[in-house]
Amino acid sequence: MNITLDLIKEGQKVKVIDIYGGWGIRQRLGCLGIHPGDMITVKKSAIMRGPILISIHGNQVALGRGVARKVLVEVAG
Amino acid sequence: MRIALMGQPNSGKSTIFNHVAGYKAVTSNFPGKTVEYTLTKFNLFGQTVELVDLPGTYSLTSFDLAELEARKYLLKGNVDVIINVMDASLLSRSLELTLQLLELKLPMVICLNMIDEAERKGIKIDIEKLSKILGVPVVPAIALKGKGVKELFSVAYKTGEEKRIGKTLNFSKNVEEVIEQLSTQIKKKEIAQEFNVPIRFLALKYLENDSYFIKNFKNTEKNIFNKINYFQNLLREVHGRPPDVVISSERHHLSMNIYESIVSLTRPHTSLIDYLDNILMHPIFGYVFLAFILYLFFNLVFTVGKMVEEHLLDYFYRIIPLIERSIDSETLLFSVISGIIQGLAGGIAIVLPYLFPFLFGLAILEDLGYLPRIAFLLDVFLHKIGLHGKAIIPFMLGYGCTVPAIMATRILESERDRFITSVLATMIPCAARMTIIFALVAFYINPQAALAIYILNIIVVIISGKILSRLLPEVTPGMILEIPTYHIPSLKVVLAKTWLRMKEFIFVAWPLLIAGSTILSLLQYYKADTFINNFFSPLTTLLGLPLLVGTTLIFGILRKELSMLMLIQAIGTSNIATVMSVTQIMTFTIFIIFYIPCVATIAVLWREIGTKRTLFTISFTFVIAIVLATITRFIY
Ligand SMILES: Nc1nc2c(ncn2[C@@H]2O[C@H](COP(=O)(O)OP(=O)(O)O)[C@@H](O)[C@H]2O)c(=O)[nH]1
Repeated sequence: MNITLDLIKEGQKVKVIDIYGGWGIRQRLGCLGIHPGDMITVKKSAIMRGPILISIHGNQVALGRGVARKVLVEVAG
Repeated sequence: MRIALMGQPNSGKSTIFNHVAGYKAVTSNFPGKTVEYTLTKFNLFGQTVELVDLPGTYSLTSFDLAELEARKYLLKGNVDVIINVMDASLLSRSLELTLQLLELKLPMVICLNMIDEAERKGIKIDIEKLSKILGVPVVPAIALKGKGVKELFSVAYKTGEEKRIGKTLNFSKNVEEVIEQLSTQIKKKEIAQEFNVPIRFLALKYLENDSYFIKNFKNTEKNIFNKINYFQNLLREVHGRPPDVVISSERHHLSMNIYESIVSLTRPHTSLIDYLDNILMHPIFGYVFLAFILYLFFNLVFTVGKMVEEHLLDYFYRIIPLIERSIDSETLLFSVISGIIQGLAGGIAIVLPYLFPFLFGLAILEDLGYLPRIAFLLDVFLHKIGLHGKAIIPFMLGYGCTVPAIMATRILESERDRFITSVLATMIPCAARMTIIFALVAFYINPQAALAIYILNIIVVIISGKILSRLLPEVTPGMILEIPTYHIPSLKVVLAKTWLRMKEFIFVAWPLLIAGSTILSLLQYYKADTFINNFFSPLTTLLGLPLLVGTTLIFGILRKELSMLMLIQAIGTSNIATVMSVTQIMTFTIFIIFYIPCVATIAVLWREIGTKRTLFTISFTFVIAIVLATITRFIY
């Protein structure tokens, strides 16, 4: 099932399917190693609809909610 | 020979730079602190070599100003050899930049830095194989300990002399075909020469739709842009993705392949520091700790500062009566001498005691890597004022000095965010204003009052942020921020950084202080201060301050701490409490915090946000200062 990254629970591992949004956001996410096909683990979702913390290729990245909402993922397993 | 350090943010470029330059470039553990390039000259094999520390860039595709700066510098074409600094613990991601740098076809050396960190994570790298795949020398290093740095430079020197260029690695076949065909088209024109880049690089940038390379030629070279469009669509159709994603995915796959062929993974050594985020970024305890850490920091600065200030002030103010005994206090000579002494004393006894512990503490937080965590925790709140979490980095730096804070706004993506953040950053009490808050309010009233000023300040910043984002309604692009692993700060580096920032005070501000007090002495001697004070009397009367405060306000625009020291001198006693009431001290401090940024800040604002917006900032802060100070006068 494909849903957006902001809805993923803490500790879940997901695969990136697509990135909505324009050139800028695609490039910026790409630079941090987030491309379609990559595996992401959600490590923390902040309270009050704050940003989420993900782990990707052994590195931690914070994404604002609005950004996370633009990343379509597939829950593995 | 000119060598340029190029690498992703936080890979250790500035650390390497400082090894040869002495501590000149600020190193910190958060992405994006180097926003301008720093240059140094040093001697290598009897030759003078220029070394440039470029801002960190994730890729050669431009989006933030700092990255643009780095790329522009490289494309100018006067770099003889690039040192590509890679964070070995983030190898696969770092390789993506390396592949792009290879596309530039310039002599290059790779510095595989943070080998210690990689080992800790259980990553073992076959260095020779990496060098063979890329066709460039690879030197392993632990820059923090200086390991490998010497070898790095000797290899870089040799590579520069030989003009040795690395390999170009190929993407998948159908993408290569498109690149090839577009290259043939570009070759017919002279665009590539004009940009001074290899044709393949330019073809890739066009396929990626990089606006920098497109903007100027879009209208003059219609023909070729139709072709570019055609090829972009071709990629889109075949791969079912936007062409820029196709290219970046190609690089990504290539990097992953290289990574897998050279890395063997073993068990990572976990240490206590890996668990730190469980509390420091916890949805509840994270905020508790944030408040606690800042409170502790506040107390440290106050306790150390007060202790030292008391002793030193006593000492200095015993000197003046001694001089009075030997020189007539009515003479010009006495005025000059006492001016100089007061300037000296102000610097040593009042400013330094607070400045040092403050900058020291800030350096520790920076090097530990706590700043990006604060950005994560406060992202929600910053959205309420129309910004996002990353803006916290300029704000935190603003507590040190407003100038680098405004420079740091370059890490923000949108112009509007940069503008709002710059205006708000000018209101954050920098270290200079911090000394006023501590030496006047905390010292003469009580520490709680000083804390209250900080809290009031934050409230004002929030309200101003709300106003500004109402005036400029635009959705902020949202935070995308790397959260680096914690590093245990090295005492040597922290002290070096503190010293670098103190130097600014000692060599720029202090002479100004001494000159300022001397000028004030002379003004008083010739009774010219009365004239200035009368001029400012409408303002001082409104705020209920003593008339003689007027002159000090002018000095405060030069350097904020000057206004306090001038106040002490104008009053003629180090014990302000005998002349000014608690309310007056409070009103004065609040006015000084907000009114008109200092000259250095105005200069950098001018450059970063332009004349109109700078003038806006000056008037905006001035109005706030008057309103707040007037309110303080009546309610405090
Ligand atoms: N463990 C480890 N840390 C390092 C090494 N080199 C640099 N650092 C730290 O990594 C952080 C980033 O370094 P810096 O030079 O500021 O990176 P820059 O952004 O590339 O200029 C700093 O906190 C350094 O102290 C290294 O070889 N090993």
